[in-house]
Amino acid sequence: MATRQTGTLARFMMAPSVILLLIWMVVPLAMTLWFSFQDYNLLNPAQTGFAGLFNYRFFYSDPAFFQSIWNTLVIVVGVLLITVVGGIGLALLIDQPIFGQGIVRILVISPFFVMPPVAALVWKNMIMHPQYGVLADMARALGLNPIDWFGQHPLLSIVIIVAWQWLPFATLILLTSLQSLDGEQKEAAEMDGAGFVSRFIYLTLPHMARAITVVILIQTIFLLSIYAEILVTTNGGPGYASTNLPFLIYRTALLGYDVGGASAGGIIAVVLANIVALFLMRAVGKNLDK
Amino acid sequence: MKLRTLILGLCSASAFAFAAHAEAITIATVNNGDMIRMQKLTDDFTSKNPDIQLNWVTLEENVLRERVTTDIATKGGQYDVVTIGNYEVPIWAKQSWLLALDNLGSDYDVDDLLPAIRGGLSVDGKLYAAPFYGESAMVMYRTDLFEKAGLKMPDKPTWEFIGDAARKITDRSAGINGICLRGKAGWGENMAFLTAMDNSFGGRWFDEKWQPQFDQPEWKDTLDFYVKLMKDAGPEGASSNGFNENLTLFQQGKCGMWIDATVAASFVSDPKNSTVADKVGFAIFPNKEGVDNHGNWLWSWNLAIPASTKKAEAAEKFVSWATSKGYTELVASKEGWASAPPGTRTSLYNNEDYKKAAPFAGPTLAAMDAADITKPSVKPVPYTGGQFVAIPEFQGLGTTVGQLFSAALAGQSSVDDALAAAQAASVREMTRARYIK
Repeated sequence: MATRQTGTLARFMMAPSVILLLIWMVVPLAMTLWFSFQDYNLLNPAQTGFAGLFNYRFFYSDPAFFQSIWNTLVIVVGVLLITVVGGIGLALLIDQPIFGQGIVRILVISPFFVMPPVAALVWKNMIMHPQYGVLADMARALGLNPIDWFGQHPLLSIVIIVAWQWLPFATLILLTSLQSLDGEQKEAAEMDGAGFVSRFIYLTLPHMARAITVVILIQTIFLLSIYAEILVTTNGGPGYASTNLPFLIYRTALLGYDVGGASAGGIIAVVLANIVALFLMRAVGKNLDK
Repeated sequence: MKLRTLILGLCSASAFAFAAHAEAITIATVNNGDMIRMQKLTDDFTSKNPDIQLNWVTLEENVLRERVTTDIATKGGQYDVVTIGNYEVPIWAKQSWLLALDNLGSDYDVDDLLPAIRGGLSVDGKLYAAPFYGESAMVMYRTDLFEKAGLKMPDKPTWEFIGDAARKITDRSAGINGICLRGKAGWGENMAFLTAMDNSFGGRWFDEKWQPQFDQPEWKDTLDFYVKLMKDAGPEGASSNGFNENLTLFQQGKCGMWIDATVAASFVSDPKNSTVADKVGFAIFPNKEGVDNHGNWLWSWNLAIPASTKKAEAAEKFVSWATSKGYTELVASKEGWASAPPGTRTSLYNNEDYKKAAPFAGPTLAAMDAADITKPSVKPVPYTGGQFVAIPEFQGLGTTVGQLFSAALAGQSSVDDALAAAQAASVREMTRARYIK
C-alpha cells in the first residue's frame, strides 16, 4: 500500500519522463500552430510575416474541401465495414480445424505485410486495369465490357484496395479473441439446443465485442491518414472524386512547400480527427470499460 | 582489457580523422538508370582526383525533390552537388541558391551543349547547372499499322492528321487503340502533355499580367480535341495512365501512336522489352495548322551546386567530369554507344557511332532543337518553361488543374465545367501567391 510519502516520491520519480513526453507532444503542436498563422513558403523567402487567419481561410475555401472530408469519412466507414464483417467471417472460417491450417493462416495474413504503394501498384496494373487487369480479362471472358475502375469508381476502388490491406489485421485480432472463447461454454450452449445463429449472436459476438472495438479504434487512426494508395493510383482524381483530407493537404500545401498553409491544413485535420475520435469513443469506447 | 579497447578506439578514431583529410563531397541524385551507371563509373573520377571522396545519396524522384528543396531552402548545406530538373534551376538561381558554374575547365566546351538545354539552365547568360541528360517529346507510331491503313506519316504532322489517323487505326476488337496519351492527374503527368499540347495550339497558361487563360478559346480547343480523340481512339481507363502505363501499352502493341518523352524511344525500340521494336517510326510533336509551335517540351536532369556548400571547388570538378564529353566516351567504351546519356551535347549527334547504335538519334535531336523553353507560346508570356511553368506554385496548381482535366477525360465532368473550375482554381492560387494584384 502506497503511503502519502511514497506516492509523492513516485510522482517525483515519474516526472522526468512525463515532462519529456509532454515536451515531445506540445512543442511540435505549438510550432505547427505558430506556423499556421505565418506567411511562410520555403520557396519564397522574401514573403514572410504574420498572416492571421488567411491560411485557414484559404484552406477551407478550397473547392475540394468539403468533398475531401466526405471522401475521408467514406473511406474510413467503408473500409471498417468491410474489414470488420469480413474479418469476423474469415476468423470464424480459419478457426475451424482444417488440413494445412498454419499455411492457410499465413496466406490470409500476408497482405498486411505488403507495403501500401506496392499493393496499390499491383491492384492498379495487374488487377483493376481495364486493358490488362485480371478483372478486365474476366469481364471479357463473360462477354462484358471491362470496367474502368479508377476512372468510373475511384473511391470504391481505393476502399477495396485499403480494405484488402487491413482485412488481415482485423482477422488476426478477431481470431485471437475467438480462440480465447471457452470451449465448454460452446458445448453447454449446444447441449441446450442453441443453433449456430443463436450461438453466434448470443455467445460469440458478445465475446468478441472488445476485440472489435480495438480493431475499429486502431484502424480508424490509420484510415484517417490514407495517402500512398491515392497518390499511386488516381492522384486524387478524376476531379476531386478520390481526394481525401491528407491528399488535399499534400496537394495545396506540401507540393508547393507552403509551410504556413500545410500547418493550417494539419491543424484542421487534427481538429477533425479529434471530432471523429470523440464520437467514436462515445459510440464504441464504452465496450472497453466493461 | 578496457584500456586496450580504449587505445584501439582512439587509434581508429585518429585513422578516421586522417582519412577525412581527403575532401568528401555529398551528391544527391535520382535513382534512374543513367545515374546508377554514373555511380558505377566514378572510379575514373576518383583515380584522377585522389583527394576527393564521393558520398552518394540516391533517392526516388519525388523524395529527392522534397529532400533537396527542403535542404536548399533552409540553407541546410547537407549536399555539395544536387541533381535537379530544369524546372527548379531558374527558380533557384533567381533566389541565389545555386552557384554559377564558371570554372568547368578548359576542355569542357560549353558551346557544345544543345542551345535549347543551355538556355533553360541559364539565368542572365550565366550557366547555373550542367545537364546530365535531356529529353523532349515526339510522336512514336507503328509503321506496320500505318501501312495497313494506307497512311503515311508526314515529317511535320498536324493535330488534324494525328486525329484522323488515330481514328482510322483504331480497332478495338483487335485490342488496338489509335493513340495513347497521358491522362493521370499530376503536374508532371497529364499536365506536362496538355501544357505542351496547348502551346502547339497557340495557347498559354498566363498572359503578361499573370491572368490564367483557361477561359480562352485555345485551351477550349485543346481540351475538346484531346477528350474527343481519347474517347474515339484512346485506351480504356486512360484517365489513370501516366508515362509508365502508356509505355507498357505501347510495348505490348496496343497503341497505334504515342506522343511522349523522347527517352521512351530507346525503350520501345529495345527488342528485349518491346514486342513492336522493329515497327516503330518517329515524327516531331504535332502542331495545329497555322501555329508555328511544336509544344516546346524540354526536360533535363542536371547537376548543380548549392550556394551553401563549403567545397565548391571539388564539387565543380565533379560536375564537370560527369557532364563532359569524356564521360560520354567512357560510357560508350564500357557499355556501348546506345547507353550514352542523350540530349545534352551537339557532338553526340554528330558522332557516326552513336547514330548507328541509336536509330532514334535523328528524331530526338530534331525534337530537342524545335523546343525553346524561353519562349513556350506564340503569344507573349511572363514565364519560362515548356511543358511546365517555372514558378514555385506550379507543382500544386498544375496538380489541381490536372485533377480537373482527368475528370473531363473520364467523362465525369464536361470540358466547359473543367475549364471553368481550372480558371477559378488558378485565379485563387495566383491571387494568394500575389502574382495577381
